[in-house]
Order: sequence, then C-alpha cells, then structure tokens
Amino acid sequence: MSYKSFLKGSRIVLEVLKRMGVKDIFGYPGGAVIPIYDAFYDFEGIKHYLARHEQGATHAADGYARTTGKTGVCIATSGPGATNTVTGIMTAYMDSVPLLVITGQVPTSFLGRDSFQESDILGITSPITKHNYLVKDIEELPGILKEAYALTKKGRPGPVLVDIPKDIQMQEISMERFEELFSIHCEYVGNKYPKKYTSKEINSAVNLIKNANHPVFIIGGGVMNAGAAEETQKLLSKINAPSVATLMGLGGVPHNFPGHMGMIGMHGKVWANRCVNEADLVISLGMRFDDRIVGDPEKFAPHAKKIHVDIDAAEINKNVKIDLPLIGDAKDVLEDLLNAGIEADFSEWMEKCESYILDEDSLGDCLNQVSTIKYLGDILPDTSIVVTDVGQHQMFTAQHFKFKQPLSFCTSGGAGTMGYGLPAAIGAQVGNPDKRVISIIGDGGFQMNQQELIMLRQYNLPVKIFILNNGTLGMVRQWQELFNQKRYSEVILDVNPDFVKLAEANGLRGVRVNSVEELKQIEGMINDDQPLLVDVVVPRDCNVYPIIPAGKSFSETIIGE
Amino acid sequence: MKYREILIIMNNKPGVLSKISGLFQKRGINIETITAGESYPADLVRMTVCGNWDEYTVHQIMAQAEKLFDVRFVKEFDDKKSVDRELALIKLKADDSRRAEIMQVTTIYRGNIVDVGRESLIIEITGGKDKIAGFLDYVETFGILEVARTGVTSMTRGSEM
Repeated sequence: MSYKSFLKGSRIVLEVLKRMGVKDIFGYPGGAVIPIYDAFYDFEGIKHYLARHEQGATHAADGYARTTGKTGVCIATSGPGATNTVTGIMTAYMDSVPLLVITGQVPTSFLGRDSFQESDILGITSPITKHNYLVKDIEELPGILKEAYALTKKGRPGPVLVDIPKDIQMQEISMERFEELFSIHCEYVGNKYPKKYTSKEINSAVNLIKNANHPVFIIGGGVMNAGAAEETQKLLSKINAPSVATLMGLGGVPHNFPGHMGMIGMHGKVWANRCVNEADLVISLGMRFDDRIVGDPEKFAPHAKKIHVDIDAAEINKNVKIDLPLIGDAKDVLEDLLNAGIEADFSEWMEKCESYILDEDSLGDCLNQVSTIKYLGDILPDTSIVVTDVGQHQMFTAQHFKFKQPLSFCTSGGAGTMGYGLPAAIGAQVGNPDKRVISIIGDGGFQMNQQELIMLRQYNLPVKIFILNNGTLGMVRQWQELFNQKRYSEVILDVNPDFVKLAEANGLRGVRVNSVEELKQIEGMINDDQPLLVDVVVPRDCNVYPIIPAGKSFSETIIGE
Repeated sequence: MKYREILIIMNNKPGVLSKISGLFQKRGINIETITAGESYPADLVRMTVCGNWDEYTVHQIMAQAEKLFDVRFVKEFDDKKSVDRELALIKLKADDSRRAEIMQVTTIYRGNIVDVGRESLIIEITGGKDKIAGFLDYVETFGILEVARTGVTSMTRGSEM
C-alpha cells in the first residue's frame, strides 16, 4: 500500500470538517496542535484565519456563527491556548451559539502528570459546553468530530469542545478504515428536532390567543436560531398583534414592522415594557426570561398568562411561571399555529400600544452616542451587520439602530463579554464577505482585544469600527452615579491610547470625529471597501435611559435625570 | 423542602459522574448521598442522587440532567412505589463484656458481623436510611470507631422502571 493511502489524525480533523461543510476556521498554533497545522499546510478547501489571541479566535468563530447561522469553528493548542478560549466558549454558551472548539492536548501518555502546557480543559469547560470529548483512540476520531459538529446545532445550539492529544493527531489509519468509520451512522446528523408538544397543546395556545384581549409576542434569539423570522412575521400580520424583542431577538422582525415596539427589559423602550406590563397574554418565542428582561419575576407581565415556546425543556418555569409550554423548534410551533387556522384581530390593542410610542428625536444629552448610531442606521445598506461590544454603546445601539433583518445584530447578551466586539466583527465579515459589517465599540472594551486589529489588514476585511469614545467605562460609571453616590471608582479612562495612531500602526485608516457633522463628512469612507477605524469623541456623562434597576419592575423605571 | 431520590441513567463513560455533580455544584445545591455503579447492560451507569430539595430545585436539576449528552433517563422516585437500600459498615468497640449484647442487636437488625478483632467488631447492615440511623443510634453507647455508608440506591417496584 502506498504512503498516501494512510491518513493521520491531524488530517482526519480537517477532512471531516471539510465534509461537514466547514470553509473557514479561526485559530492559533501551538505545540500540541503542530500536527493539525502541518495538515493545514497543503490542505485545500478550508481557509484558516490567524487571530492574535485564542480568545479573539473564539469570538471570531462566534461572530461567524451568529451572522451566518452556520457552526463557527476554532482551534487552539493545549494548556494556555485552551484556557484562553474559555471566555469565548462561555459567551457562546450563554447565547446558544453553535461553536466547535478543537483543542490540542498533551500526548495520552503524559495526561494527568502536570505536563508542559497540560490543562484539564474538559473539566474546565464542562459547565459551559453542551458536551465535550477527549479523543483517546484514533478510531473514535472521525465519529466524534462528526457528532460534535452536528451537536453544536442540534436542538438548542451551543458550544462543543473536542480535545485531541498530540499522539492521536500523529497516528495513522488507512483511508479505507477512515471511510468505514466516517460512514457509521450518527443519530445527530440531519434529523429534525422532535416536537415535544401535541396538537392538543397547539389548540390550547390558539384558544388562549383567541380569547386574549391584549396579547404581546416576545421575540427572542430562538427565532433567529430556528430561522423562524418569516413565520413570526406571518403570524403577527395575520392577527395584528403587537410584538417586542429581547436583545437577542432584535432583527427577528424589522424595526418598523406594524405593532413592533422594540426592545424590552432593563434598558428597553418604556412603551415596549409598558405593553408587556399591560398584556393579558404573553407569547414568548425562544427567549429565557433572563433577569435583564424580567427584573422582578413576581411583577413581570403581572396580568398575563404565559405561553413559552422553547426548544429547551429546562427553560420552562426556570425563571418565570409558565401557563402553557410548547417545547420544540420555534419554526415548527409557528407553522403549526398558522396551520391550526388561528383567527383573531388585535388591531385596536396594537394601535393603543403604538400610541404609547414617543418621539425620540427630542433626546437631549446623549446626542453624540445616539445620533451616531441613528446616522449609521440611516446610511448603511439594509443588509448590514452590526456588531457591538458590551456596555452603554451596546444598549444605545440596541435601542436606536434600525434593525431590518434577522442575523444582522451580533452582540454578547447573556455573558456580557467586553472585548467581544472587534473579533466577532472580524468573524462576521469573514462569514459575510459581501455585506457591510460595522462594529460599534466602547473605548474600554476595544482595548480588551485590540490585538485583533491586525487581522483586518492581514485579510483585508473591510470592517468599519466606530469607537464611541467617552473616556470612561460608561455603564459601570452610570451605576456608580445612580446607585453608589457618584463614587467613581476606577472607571475614568482619561489615559487612553491614541486610537487613530493605533489604527495607523496596524496599517489601517484611522479618523477622529468630534461631531455627527464630521462623521457625515466621511460617509464615503464608511461605505467603501477598505477597513476603517473611527474614533468618535462623545461626552463622558451620558447615561442610558430608561433603566429599570436590577431586580425591580416596570413601575420603578427611571426615565431620565 | 422534602427528602427526595432521583434516578439518573447514563452512558458508562469517563467523567459522567462529575458532570452530574457539577449540575448541583453550579447551583449551590447540596447532595445528601450519591451512588453510582455499572448497570445492565454494562454500557450504562445507574445513579441514585438523594437530598432535601424543594419542588423547583428538583425539577431544574432533572431538566438540566436530561440535557446532558450522556444522560439517557431521569426520574424522581415515588417513595411509596420504590424500595431504597443502603449498606453500612460499622466498626464498634467491643470488649468481652459487650460482645453478646452487640451480637444480639445485630441479629435483631438483620445485620452481619463481618470481622471480629480483639477489641472491635465490624458490622454490616443493610436497609433504608432510617433503619441504619436507628441502628447507629442504638450502638452509639458501645463506642463507634468508624462508619462507612454507601449512600442510598433505589428501584421502583413492579415491572416498570
């Protein structure tokens, strides 16, 4: 038999991923993955993107997944490489993002000896992965990789980690044996997720909706994961019901969709929260009643019965008491509701909700933050993807950007991971080469993963970065102002790098603007096909309003100063 | 809060036990006892987890356990429809003057004396946790040197699992 008819474990990794449809991988080499990188050297069909830190690679794979709907893949070496992915894995876990993380591990004979660059990454990531594997036999490798990849998207999506010792990467099996192992049936590949509800429950839901006077639909991230935006809009139009969105649900229906009230929750629109507060029926689609949405669980939608559509049975009754659970894929549930011939018309209630909406153009203080975001919403193409970091700018974006399409908003919601915005935008741009990707970031979060700037140059990715630079960790500052007697502790960033020069040092264009007028002058650069960093100088003392203080209810909303 | 017993059946793979205990740890929930062993067929592990939990906690734990990849079956035992057993090894101080009495009590509790030393005895006793507690309570006056309890393992009566 000739040499070529044998496959090394490292080559199997790439071969299986290619067959599963993977085209792009983010990663960083290191001792325990040298065999995999050796396989990359002449492997065709998968492009590798070199991050500058494993956390960046993981967030990039996450951003890629959130904006394409495909599984994001990243590779890191053992030990510190693997632990550097942890924040990225947890970020994906909290927001149900399909992510496959492949880590190298010390050779099997060195396991458990505190060997150089050994870490128990299985133990470390157990609470933040759907599942993880340690491959101890090359015969298991094809099946595990296939299963792991499928598992990232099966049911509720999430991260899966495969830890591959270096000796397994270097062992060989014959091509025939590989084909045999690869062809073993995997129950997680391809099958649709089973419906765990019956037509009886669909009928109950139809009746609850028909008999309601003030129903409100809450659109969550599950609508995006299920690809159910179209069905959601169909149902809403059919019965003329108002809707609101969670942070993860933004884009599920367009911002100007009839009866759409925008985001709810701690920093949600007052009118959106008001509708939920007055509702007598809440139909939540793929959301989990997070504390940032609910505040005080006893007082959330206090008059409403609750229908909870979720693919994960463990979410039912976890945070809020549910009257009718529908456990299944949101798309299936919505189709079944539509097919059940649901007839109702809530136009009057919808108009009432819409009458709560106030003109926001009179917003005074935070003109620069908000007007920058609004301006971008006006000039960017409808298909644009907006990525944010975490903090005030994130909430301003959620409140004021005009989201038009599903998968167009990419933000760390559940985890609230600062440092996410830049690498995630890189991943989003790799996954969507034909779309405009913009990244709105605070000056604090930008500095957490600024090393990834160089990727924009290296791969010529035309991401447009807008640093809303207020010289402070704005959200913490806001809480210190409101809840800690203005004792501003360690939040003032009056010693910041020169972001324009930093862009230039990375071979990128950097521009500083001090007003929206100046921003308007660079519209050409915002819409061209080169990367751009804009340092938008904004006031330090702007707060995000409204805010419902943590654990409080709608009636305790703070509207402004 | 109520004393409850949960059955979890999962694939016989390394690390499954820590994944289950992790579910409890993550939520700051105490486990009273946990027993696990190879089951039938041998590629399954069967686990009984016991503790004092409220309704919400037990539902959360069961729902989260069901999500774990290697978990195959989860249920809460109905205490009226199940048998539970625990095994305890108890080492007692036993000089000549007390041996007869200890042996008598052991017989009443249907235990066995599995080791006889010059100054000590090891008693094996099986039963529900109340029976073992009752025995321990009684023999305390003799002087307990060591106690090893296995934790409770349970099974539903009748042909259903």
